[in-house]
This record gives sequence, structure tokens and C-alpha cells, in this order.
Amino acid sequence: MIFNASGCLDALEAPEVARALDVFVTKTVTPQPREGNRPVRIAETEAGMLNSIGLENPGIEALFADKLPQLAQLGAPLWVSVGGFAASDYAELCAALDDRPEVAAIELNLSCPNVEEAPESASEIVHAARRETRKTLYAKLSPAAADLQDTARAVQAAGADGLTLVNTMRGLALDDTTLQPRLGRETGGYSGPGLKPIALAAVYQCYRATGMPIVGMGGISTGRDALEFLAAGAASIALGTILFSDPDAPGRVRRELADELASRGLSTAEAATGLAHSQGPVSVA
Amino acid sequence: MRRRSRLRVVANEAVGPYALVRVERGDIDPGIPGQFFMLEAPGRLLPRPMSLCEAPAGELAFLLEAIGPGTRALAAVEPGEEIHVFGPLGNGFRLDVEKPLLVGGGIGVAPFPYLSQQLGGPPAILGFRSDWHAEAAALVPNAQVVVEPTLVTELLPKGHDVLACGPEPMLEAVRELVPDAQLAWEAPMACGYGACYGCAVEIDGVLQRLCVAGPVLEAA
Repeated sequence: MIFNASGCLDALEAPEVARALDVFVTKTVTPQPREGNRPVRIAETEAGMLNSIGLENPGIEALFADKLPQLAQLGAPLWVSVGGFAASDYAELCAALDDRPEVAAIELNLSCPNVEEAPESASEIVHAARRETRKTLYAKLSPAAADLQDTARAVQAAGADGLTLVNTMRGLALDDTTLQPRLGRETGGYSGPGLKPIALAAVYQCYRATGMPIVGMGGISTGRDALEFLAAGAASIALGTILFSDPDAPGRVRRELADELASRGLSTAEAATGLAHSQGPVSVA
Repeated sequence: MRRRSRLRVVANEAVGPYALVRVERGDIDPGIPGQFFMLEAPGRLLPRPMSLCEAPAGELAFLLEAIGPGTRALAAVEPGEEIHVFGPLGNGFRLDVEKPLLVGGGIGVAPFPYLSQQLGGPPAILGFRSDWHAEAAALVPNAQVVVEPTLVTELLPKGHDVLACGPEPMLEAVRELVPDAQLAWEAPMACGYGACYGCAVEIDGVLQRLCVAGPVLEAA
């Protein structure tokens, strides 16, 4: 299945792109509206790009009032990405989303590099969220953590149903002439092709550590890239930065992936999941 | 209706320091003057936003200034190469004006040839930093040209419907003098269609995405 990476597509501005996905994931919503960071917010680098949007969003009330009814019309299953600055923010959002039938799953954004982090650990936040909702709950983690496998095991124990891997990593770009940071907030989240090997390693390790279903992402721009994420252990893949340069990417990557699978005699994407693990797919512990 | 197509470059002409890149039109709608297109910059990760300069039969032409890696790559395209073009995007100029006057600065002249054609060749005041840059004024009929240190705002007559495009200080100065001017702004963009939230600028006191709220905004 092909998702968008949260924050990389506005389905209401580009419904034709969202309809080409199997699942649409919203931009991260927080309890209160956020204007986001001051410009400059993006910078292209040699092998990727930086962004420092800063979780710009209208807040949960406006999501319910304005956007959710329209998003439900799209037809694609809807995942809502939630973020906050304390475990109680995540819990509040999950409680509010729990009885919304149009929401198929909740993704906990535990790893935005562009805002202050909650003081609690990822597993404490998952635990707080789990208490408030019966919905499918995915934890989105940063590849920057040295103990990523431990974190993955901890969020699994705390009640997460799956993992979203990976978020962007903090990066810096300097102006050619002035040598000053190009982004208004100085650092930003690095994404694009340069992130791919790092993301693949995260998927590979977390799949082996937990056996959980994983939505894999990080520099996927072709069907071949998607196949590699499946082989590393992802059950589904998501498109992020590639959507900026190619809004037709969902259909193209889908066709290319089908060709890749067929050329290897694989009948479905599921058959490719975990192929990179020499001992075969790991059973769920 | 916006769409993305791979189009063949038919010409790349020097206009002073600028490059006028002509591509086959294909199935792309030229849109309204002031709207923009995302142009693939060969070898770069992200496309670059460019307003349409001319729309001759069967072609689209973009005027650009090589100021960074993306625009340098675009300014170096050669006839026969193909690049992806996505558009038209954003909001263009409102054309139901009684007494139009085009006011431009530097590469801000880019959308004016097409705009002038659609408005029937209204007067224009164009400012440039040198005589070499001012060669681009030849693309715009009825243009009065000033070169720094003279500024376009020194010549601005009253009683016109001003449509302006140029550097931010020029747009701010025009807005001071002509509160109801239509101003075409610029911001770095990754996507051009509202996906990336990268092009936020402050409009009416709040940050908004220029690609969907603009790039042409009414002053006030």
C-alpha cells in the first residue's frame, strides 16, 4: 500500500494526488492552532532538502469543523497524524479522535525535529495515547536515536500497533556567500534521497527487533526504492519529498513497483516484505 | 486545469543577462498572466517556480535569471532537451481593470509580455540595475525604462490600476503609493501546489502559503 508521508500533501488542495494513494495521512495536528515557523522554511541541498515548517496546523477543533468532513469525501482511508508538547497533548487528541468513524488510524508524531519535544519518552506517550483510543495506533520515530531498536520495542510494549519509519533528521545548510544558516530557524528536517540508506537501516533493524507492521519512508522516489523498503521489512511505503517534484508519483511508483515484483515472480507486495532478512521474515514475538 | 508534462526545449535565447527558455506547449494550459509553473531544473531535486513570460502559438516561454543552482541549470538547457513542466498554478492578475499600468523591476518583468498581450498593450514602467539588464524591456510594448539610481516609484503617475512585479522593496514602495495595486510576490517553493508549506509569507498579518493564496495579491 502506498501512503503519503505526513505533511507532504494537502489533500484538499490536490485531491487528485490524494486519490492516487491507498491511505491519506494528514499533516500533524496539535491541540491548539500553530502558525508554524517564520520563513525561510525550505532549502534544497545536494542530496535532499531541509524543511522547518514547524507543525503549522489549524488545531484539532478546526480539523473537525472544516477539514475532516471534506477529507472523508476523498474515499481513501484516512490516518490522522497527531503531535504535541507533552504526553497529555497526545492523549487529548487520541481521545477526541477515538469516536470519529472517518478516522481509520492515528499516527503519533514523536519525532518532529522542528519543534520542542515532549519531556516524556516515546513509550510513555504511546502508553498515554493507548489508554484513550481503540483505534489502530502507529508511532512515528526518528532515525537519529542511537537506541532505535530499544525505542521500537518499548513503544510496542506500550501498545503501539505499528511503526512509521522514518521522520526527517536534523540538518543545516549555509548560504554560499554569507555562510549564515539558510533557514529562518537555522536547522531543519533533512529528507529526500540522502535519507534513504538511513531509513532503510531503521526499517531493517526495527522489523527484526519487533516484527511489527511498518510504514517505511525516506527518500523513496521509484518502484525500486519501494521494493527495497518492503524487503527491509516494511509492510507499506510512503512518499514524501518526491511528491513535491512529481505529483504523479503515486501512480508511477505503483506501476514501477508492480513491475519490480512481477520481474521477481512475487505476486503481491506482502510477499516481498522482509526478504532482505536472510533468515526470512521474523515472526511476531 | 493544471497538469504535468515533459516538454521539449525549442530555444534558449539570451536577453541581456537573462535567459528566455522556449518549450513546446504540449497539452499545458498557459493559464492567466501571473500564474506560474514548476519547471524541472535538470540535475536538481526540486523544480523551480517561474511565471509565464510569453505564450506564442504552440509554445510556452519563461524568462529567468541564473542566481542559484536551479536557475543556473535551467538557464543552461539546450534545444532538444526535455524538462517536466507543471502548471498553471496559483492565482494570476485580475484582468478586469480600466486603466492598467504595469510596474516592474529586474526579473520581475518576466510575466509582463504575456500580461501586456492580454491587456492590449498598456503602458509600463520598468526599472533595472543596468543598461544590460534593461535589454529585457524590449519584450514589453509601451515600456518606459529607468535605470538605477532612478526608481520606478519616482515616475509613478496617479489614477492607474497598477499591476506590479519585482523585488520586495519595490513592491512595498508601490503598495505605499498605490494601496489597491495588484502585486506579484515571490518565495522559495518546493512544490508549487500547497503540499510542502515551504512558501509561507505573511499576508494580512498571518503566514499563508504564497503558492495557493498568491502569488498575485491585492495590496491593502
